Amino acid sequence: MPKATREAFGEALVALAEKFPQLVVLDSDLSKSTMTADFAKKYPHRHFEFGIAESNMIGAAAGMALMGKVPVCTSFACFLIGRLETIRVAVTLNRANVKLVGTHAGLGIGDDGASQMGLEDVAAMRSLPGMTILQPGDGLEARQAVEWMLQHQGPVYIRLTRQKLDDVHKPGYQFECGKLDVVWEPEPKAKHFQATVLASGGTVGGAVAAAQSLQPKGFAVRVVNAGTLAPFDVDSIEDFAKDSERFVTVEDHNIVGGLGSAVCEAVASLGAGKPVVCLGVRETGESGLPAELYERHGLSAPHIVEACIRNLS
Amino acid sequence: MEELIAPIRELRADIIRMIATAGSGHPGGSLSVIDLLAVLYAKHLRHDPKRPDWPGRDRLILSKGHACPALYAVMAQRGFFPKEELLTLRKLGSRLQGHPERHRLPGIEAATGSLGQGLSMGLGMALAAKMDGTDQRFYVVTGDGEMQEGQVWEALLAAPQFKLDNLTVIVDSNNGQIDGHVSEIMALDPLADKLKSFNWDTRVIDGHDLDAIDGALSAVKTVKGKPQAIVAKTVKGKGVSFMEDNIAWHGKAPNKQECEQALKEILGA
Repeated sequence: MPKATREAFGEALVALAEKFPQLVVLDSDLSKSTMTADFAKKYPHRHFEFGIAESNMIGAAAGMALMGKVPVCTSFACFLIGRLETIRVAVTLNRANVKLVGTHAGLGIGDDGASQMGLEDVAAMRSLPGMTILQPGDGLEARQAVEWMLQHQGPVYIRLTRQKLDDVHKPGYQFECGKLDVVWEPEPKAKHFQATVLASGGTVGGAVAAAQSLQPKGFAVRVVNAGTLAPFDVDSIEDFAKDSERFVTVEDHNIVGGLGSAVCEAVASLGAGKPVVCLGVRETGESGLPAELYERHGLSAPHIVEACIRNLS
Repeated sequence: MEELIAPIRELRADIIRMIATAGSGHPGGSLSVIDLLAVLYAKHLRHDPKRPDWPGRDRLILSKGHACPALYAVMAQRGFFPKEELLTLRKLGSRLQGHPERHRLPGIEAATGSLGQGLSMGLGMALAAKMDGTDQRFYVVTGDGEMQEGQVWEALLAAPQFKLDNLTVIVDSNNGQIDGHVSEIMALDPLADKLKSFNWDTRVIDGHDLDAIDGALSAVKTVKGKPQAIVAKTVKGKGVSFMEDNIAWHGKAPNKQECEQALKEILGA
């Protein structure tokens, strides 16, 4: 059932509150949007409202973590990353066990427009040593990723969508941090792929639709969900490079520093010699419906199709 | 406080030796804060140098991380690590980084040096202790120039809201920062009035008067329901005549001759 990953996160917090007694939740006046309001209602003594003051919230989260709490700190992705300096020192330099939850990732938020869209967060977070970055592709993955995040010792950034996402995983799916997972391949299994598409978060569904539309036309395209953006699964890239003519990456994030960059770095460092076609946001965002924005900014299924077969005879 | 006079003289000398040996560092703010740290560690901060990770300890965060030579000197004197290690300050591989880092040196509670963050971290620690019902206390030492950072005011707003009476901020008010006097760069006064109006229990003391420091640190422990601020009026470079209130000594190491002169003034030999 379609679900926003922020919704799955909010449900998971409530579901996991008893299992993780040190879990506390910190908000900066957005608990209704980041979906922590239910947790706050059920566990008021474990919920802390910091007002519209994200730097202090993140610094305080670091302090709580250094005392043994497991603080989950939420805001829009763009507002968290605006406090990069506090994240850099209070969280990562301290190796503080803080969980940063950035909702409202990318163009997918729609009509609120550019200032509310997190489009640079992954690039910034990838530059912080020790920061694990997760971006679940559906509700099922989001729930499991949240549980993994809470038991993990160390800073984690998880990037969540405002918009509902279709399920891309089958019911038996098991989240594994640091692993790329194949969410779709043509049947019967191809020996050779015209493209391996890597997508993450809001773009996975479109990538699957694109690959499915190419099968009847004789093109074999594999779709891989990048649920962990750091540390990045270079080993799987090495495997995919063996049977794929090219990589295509598609992300609801600036074209610089995110998934596309991670794949380029992996392919280059492996000497794999395969082209990487990167689809991502090149300008500031704008208001519109999510689907309109994905179309206009080159992230929709037709754009992915084109990227998979461009210049192929 | 008589018994602290000679040890504090040693601490001042250690600061000068460390910075002179390193060839860089911040003598001005280290010398202004040293009396505060010395009294805090000697009389008030519950700690165990042999068990720096003792969970029930009080916490000190030196938010003005550039003054860490003062903190390192106090820690060595109290037995956290051998005194000889002080002269490794700022050297490759040293636990005594140019700005303190907790994962390198046991006894350091938080990485600081990016000014304005320490009070938020102390606030978070105090909040956690309140949740757990412990009687631990949390001390954050800031510079006055540091109070220009917006994040400090976010934290000043939040701590009374959370009724954190286990949290004390000590402002090392030496009126100096890199580019000049605080009062000229971006004035803070009336600082005590601002803190009071933010609902902090506030007192102003002479930050080099050991009895006054001791008295203030005793008094804050009796305050209920709100955090406390101690504005400690200090002199940058205190104890070395040519450094006192001289902005040039904010972040400069003394040369050999200056080092000798400074040690002579401090130790009176």
